[in-house]
Amino acid sequence: MSFTFKAALSARKFDMSVSLADAETVAVLGPNGAGKSTLLGMIAGLLRPDSGTAVLGERRLFDLDGGTHPWRPPHLRGTALLAQDSLLFPHLDALDNVAFGPRSTGASRKAAREAARHWLAEVDASAFADRKPSQLSGGQAQRVAVARALAAEPELLLLDEPMAALDIHAAPMLRRVLKRVLRGRKAIIVTHDVLDAYMLADRVIVVENGRIVEEGPTRRILERPRSPFAAGLAGLNLVSGTITGEGITTPDGQVFAGQHDPAWLPQPGQAGVAAFPPSSISVFLGDVHGSPRNSFAVTITELEPHGDQIRVRADTGQHTLSADITPAASADLGLVPGMEVRFVVKAALVSVYPA
Amino acid sequence: MNKHNSHSYHGIPGWIYAVASIGGLLVILPLAAMVAKVNWAQFIPLVTSESARTALGLSLRTATASTLLCIVLGVPLALVLARGAFRGQRLLRALVLLPLVLPPVVGGIALLYTFGRQGLLGKSLELAGIQIAFSTTAVVLAQTFVALPFLVVSLEGALRSAGHRYEAVAATLGARPTTVLRRVTLPLVLPGLASGAVLSFARSLGEFGATLTFAGSLEGVTRTLPLEIYLQRETDADAAVALSLVLVAVAMAVVGLSYGRRRSRQGAAL
Repeated sequence: MSFTFKAALSARKFDMSVSLADAETVAVLGPNGAGKSTLLGMIAGLLRPDSGTAVLGERRLFDLDGGTHPWRPPHLRGTALLAQDSLLFPHLDALDNVAFGPRSTGASRKAAREAARHWLAEVDASAFADRKPSQLSGGQAQRVAVARALAAEPELLLLDEPMAALDIHAAPMLRRVLKRVLRGRKAIIVTHDVLDAYMLADRVIVVENGRIVEEGPTRRILERPRSPFAAGLAGLNLVSGTITGEGITTPDGQVFAGQHDPAWLPQPGQAGVAAFPPSSISVFLGDVHGSPRNSFAVTITELEPHGDQIRVRADTGQHTLSADITPAASADLGLVPGMEVRFVVKAALVSVYPA
Repeated sequence: MNKHNSHSYHGIPGWIYAVASIGGLLVILPLAAMVAKVNWAQFIPLVTSESARTALGLSLRTATASTLLCIVLGVPLALVLARGAFRGQRLLRALVLLPLVLPPVVGGIALLYTFGRQGLLGKSLELAGIQIAFSTTAVVLAQTFVALPFLVVSLEGALRSAGHRYEAVAATLGARPTTVLRRVTLPLVLPGLASGAVLSFARSLGEFGATLTFAGSLEGVTRTLPLEIYLQRETDADAAVALSLVLVAVAMAVVGLSYGRRRSRQGAAL
């Protein structure tokens, strides 16, 4: 492992341990206030945890568990931070902003500017070299900020929601740039966007309330989420309970019948989750006859447009489930919030896997 | 951005303008009264007399020196007060700002008991052969004492409103704290520093009470222009009025220059 981190900060209920292999990019996902930025702040040296240790390559970043290198200041860490706002220094033009890192670590003015030109070209921003930050659009400024972070030649690049402040036209371009420059680099990217995780990350960490609730390869997390947050990102309904013969049973006794991987032999009583897409749910008024094993009485809480479908959110009493139906079906059924209906899911469309 | 946008609602009640005009007049009227008293026939000889030129020269030199001293000492003070975190920070701020509300003559007495021959540090300095009280150095010290809070207050405000996110980014790019201060913090708060320095210079230029108490009134050594004006007032009212006008003109030139520069810089940024 070329980066290991373990730290706790009780004031923010933060307790995480993270490690990265060489050339690995990890996406950190989670709701607001989950501790994502706190994690980056600790790695960058801007925030001091109560306890823990972190090592980046040859460098010991901190060792608060009685070590001999208790705290390495931010400028000696090799962890450049890119925030939501580009935070380009307003008094320097784009070129000198990018040259800031090399210049600060002892490069001559000429060498620093040469490096800056190289990195500006790398993010397709050479044309803005002479412009002041106030003359750049949000997307241009953020690309210059990426070049500035890379020019500092960080061993670990920290990206704190780099796309969040950009408009929808600027984000795809920056995402392409990031995909190119992150290849072969160690990076941690905090994001809200599942697309960032898919495109940029090898691995995903899902955090909630200052703790890691789930981690694994991006594809697996998004196809088989185990946490409600990841399920929300993946657009899946998720219920958890214990594995039984036909599917899972929730703590309040509701049974969700489903399919699991035939190669997997669950232990009776093992904790598991059932995931199914909103499109797999059919909505009925009154009783249902026929084969479906999963039929739940629910109360509609919300109706909202979702693509060319209507998303119906409903409460089973224990869970909130989402169903996608056509506007025509919704009109035929006369659905309104507060109405009691039945949600029916074919067991074949419910995936059951261990929690 | 146009502050004087007459098209948008400004919400100021009419009577506020009336009271504001009284306030404005309170400042402008005495100045006008003084200008009306100027003996223009004798003006040039009066303001170019030997003693007047000496006093003006001394004022400009000492005010410049004390402004530089204010910058050298005030920038670290403002940084520590705005960004630092230590016990007694609020107390330190209150004490540093004290000269703002202290009568200058009290400041002069305090300085005398510090640097005077029998003073706290003065005794040791005297042994080392250094005598400060009643010297030009004393003038600079007195001016610095009263002017320092102006620089600290305006710079501290600028530092607070700038926040420290740029500094955090600069540090993660590999810049050591001194580099961050020189290349990021100071350029960012330069307008605040400049207006603080202008205020300090103006305050130093007008310093009277502390200077008289601590430095005395020796022609060519400690008699700055305000002291000269006060002295002339007893013997030659015309000279006092003429010199006052010179002081007003110098102060207005300094303030006008710095505001004019800032206005044009803002214009260029837009």
